[in-house]
Amino acid sequence: MSATITIALAGNPNAGKTTLFNTLTGARQHVGNYPGVTVEKKEGAYIFPTGEEATIIDLPGTYSLTAYSVEEVVARDYLVQEKPDVVINITDASNLERNLYLSTQFLELGVPMIIALNMIDVAQDRGISLDAEKLSALIKVPVIPIIARSGKGTAELMAAALELARKNEPWNPLHISYGEDVDLALQTIGQRITAAEFMTDKYAPRWLALKYLEGDSQIREKGRRDNPAVDAELQEIVTGVSDHLHKTMETYPEAIIADHRYGYIKSVLRQEVISHKFDADRLHASDRIDKILTNRFLGPIIMLAVLLGLYKFTFTYSELPVAWLETFFGWASDNLSTLLPDGHLKSMLISGVIDGMGGVLGFVPLIMFMFFGIAILEDSGYLARVAFMMDRVFRIFGLHGSSVMAYIVSGGIAGGCAVPGVMAARTLRSPRERLATLLTVSFMNCGAKLPVLALLTATFFSSNQAQLMFLLTLLAWAVALTAAKFLRLTVLRGESTPFVMELPPYRFPTFRGLLIHTWERTWQYIKKAGTTILAISILIWAMMTFPALPESQEQNFARQRQEIMTAASPQAIEALESADTPLPAEAVQIKENLAAVDTAQAGSALRHSLAGRIGTSMETVSWLPGFDWRTNIALVGGFAAKEVIVSTLGTAYSLGEADEEDNTSLSETLSKDPHWNPVMALALIVFVMFYAPCFVTVVCISKESGSWKWGLFSICFNTAFAFLLATLVYQGGRALGFTG
Amino acid sequence: MPTILLREMQKDQSGTITAVKVGGELGRRIRDMGIVPGTRITIMGRAPLYDPVAIRIMGGTLTLRNNEADYIQVEIA
Repeated sequence: MSATITIALAGNPNAGKTTLFNTLTGARQHVGNYPGVTVEKKEGAYIFPTGEEATIIDLPGTYSLTAYSVEEVVARDYLVQEKPDVVINITDASNLERNLYLSTQFLELGVPMIIALNMIDVAQDRGISLDAEKLSALIKVPVIPIIARSGKGTAELMAAALELARKNEPWNPLHISYGEDVDLALQTIGQRITAAEFMTDKYAPRWLALKYLEGDSQIREKGRRDNPAVDAELQEIVTGVSDHLHKTMETYPEAIIADHRYGYIKSVLRQEVISHKFDADRLHASDRIDKILTNRFLGPIIMLAVLLGLYKFTFTYSELPVAWLETFFGWASDNLSTLLPDGHLKSMLISGVIDGMGGVLGFVPLIMFMFFGIAILEDSGYLARVAFMMDRVFRIFGLHGSSVMAYIVSGGIAGGCAVPGVMAARTLRSPRERLATLLTVSFMNCGAKLPVLALLTATFFSSNQAQLMFLLTLLAWAVALTAAKFLRLTVLRGESTPFVMELPPYRFPTFRGLLIHTWERTWQYIKKAGTTILAISILIWAMMTFPALPESQEQNFARQRQEIMTAASPQAIEALESADTPLPAEAVQIKENLAAVDTAQAGSALRHSLAGRIGTSMETVSWLPGFDWRTNIALVGGFAAKEVIVSTLGTAYSLGEADEEDNTSLSETLSKDPHWNPVMALALIVFVMFYAPCFVTVVCISKESGSWKWGLFSICFNTAFAFLLATLVYQGGRALGFTG
Repeated sequence: MPTILLREMQKDQSGTITAVKVGGELGRRIRDMGIVPGTRITIMGRAPLYDPVAIRIMGGTLTLRNNEADYIQVEIA
């Protein structure tokens, strides 16, 4: 036995696996990914009272070990390939019969296992009494009652795990009888597997035979790769049995296998393991809550109120820390600008690094509060009810009830972020519905688009800004859902996935669980922001700085400054230098004139830079939606992060550094500029809402979908779509004569 | 006792599952969650738009879409 033992936690979703993991490992956790897939791999350390250490692996929650979704495959592959010393199968004691279905499959696999009867207190409240010793004697594995939330029984559980690991016994698969037909087929297939030594280095022959009969797609694929001839032969036997069963009993091998597994469980439980004091169908507190929360009339109203509440909570409480962060970055920027000499380094540190990081880190409090709110909804069980209530609507668009959360997080209530939204799509099990969700959540009005929308609506539609913002939120929903439908009818065509889903009983979330949940997700965001965004904002800064203005033009601006100074009276210059307040009128005038030259220079420099050239060359097509080169540059910059759009517009309109924080002057400039009008503003709003997602989102989409192809697709598809829509708005508006 | 499809059951009605007539992924998923012949089932309620349906089975609550419930036959009792 190695120095540290490995213990895998496995069990149904909602059985309390994560709670137990948090109780056992505390803060000693590490979250990673399983190779090649997006399923989170959580590892933690547990220290025994004896000083020995164990590595605890939190396997994804599953109902079964047959390949259904990536979670099941990951859990199974881990058990078979990594062979942990002990598997702790955590079960919900108040719902034991169904939870034992997975346990039975662990027994069939033969892993060294301990069953933890979790929430034994809830079971008692429901009038269920369980005889752990009897259960243990019948299925021949240790059974320990625990309460994961309070930690009760976990010491005994871990002691039993240590003892089992020390025994280091070989795997001992349980053989259940599945009835004559299936048993015979199992025997035949098993013999063929043994004779051909077909993948026997990895799997036990009988288990492999069982998976073939269950029609397990992952095992079949492996078999086909390993030895196509044997695979075909086995498949032929399976088809023979299937046809026979279908003809004689109108059933399927996997149905018979499942029935017999449940039969085995029932036969065990019937031997005085479990007794109900009340009728099993009795209404629990949770059901009474559901009578109100999923009520036909009250349910949707309460849901809307809860979602609005989440939104209010996020924005109200994050306001203050966001302001602190802004102050901090402002302070850092001011200090740097006084400390460093003028030049490219200073410009890069301030415009590239601090502004870039500040733009992203400024969102951290917001994201933290939002995740905290979502964690409450998730851990309490309410989120499953939202999916339940919304499924009928989302199904129309080829999505799943669970998609709703991804949309809301992304900005379904304006002001989310597509990055966590894309990550929230993980809960979706069907690859097609998941992809459709992944690719369309970025249409929502995320928090970074809001400053742009706020600026433009305030400037051009100030009289009904609030209504317009609300309409834009509705528009985002309409477009996202329509786009999802379009994708599901074209590139992502296919059947919808089963909705069979659990509505877990309502529970009070534990504060610790909420904090861990919130921190994990927030940290993921910070990590992404700290790396990718930093690189991209430096790149964008470089694009907007180089190539620098030619010498002759620089001199031209220098000469203008000179002229202003020489024309000034000595008193005014003296007043300027001594920096006395109040300045005489002439000095103020000179100062303003100098600033005008500075900003004019910044404007020409931007136009001369690579970004400016790209923006200018894009005018050949961007006249269609009515955008000039300045807007184009801002939109190019917006690819790094949408919040860059406003500040870039400011620079492009030669407002200079000082005005970046203060949008009022930009608003004034735009409203006075003859090029701008409400129609063009609306076209720009539409474009900003729907064009390519920001770079971080694209990275996330690529990671979550497992391919850069989809990231690239989202850039092209969204931009083309936004361009079309913006052109329609602009040209349509002009044709209707709204350009005044 | 009459045997009807799960879709046709009313709220708060109970029965015993007699057959699950679907194979493949959906069939496996349905069985993984405990919907197998011989199990008692009660309709807990329906979503605001009548679909999906929430059922009580083996002490837990599950949800199914109506078109999935169509594969499940229940003897009312």
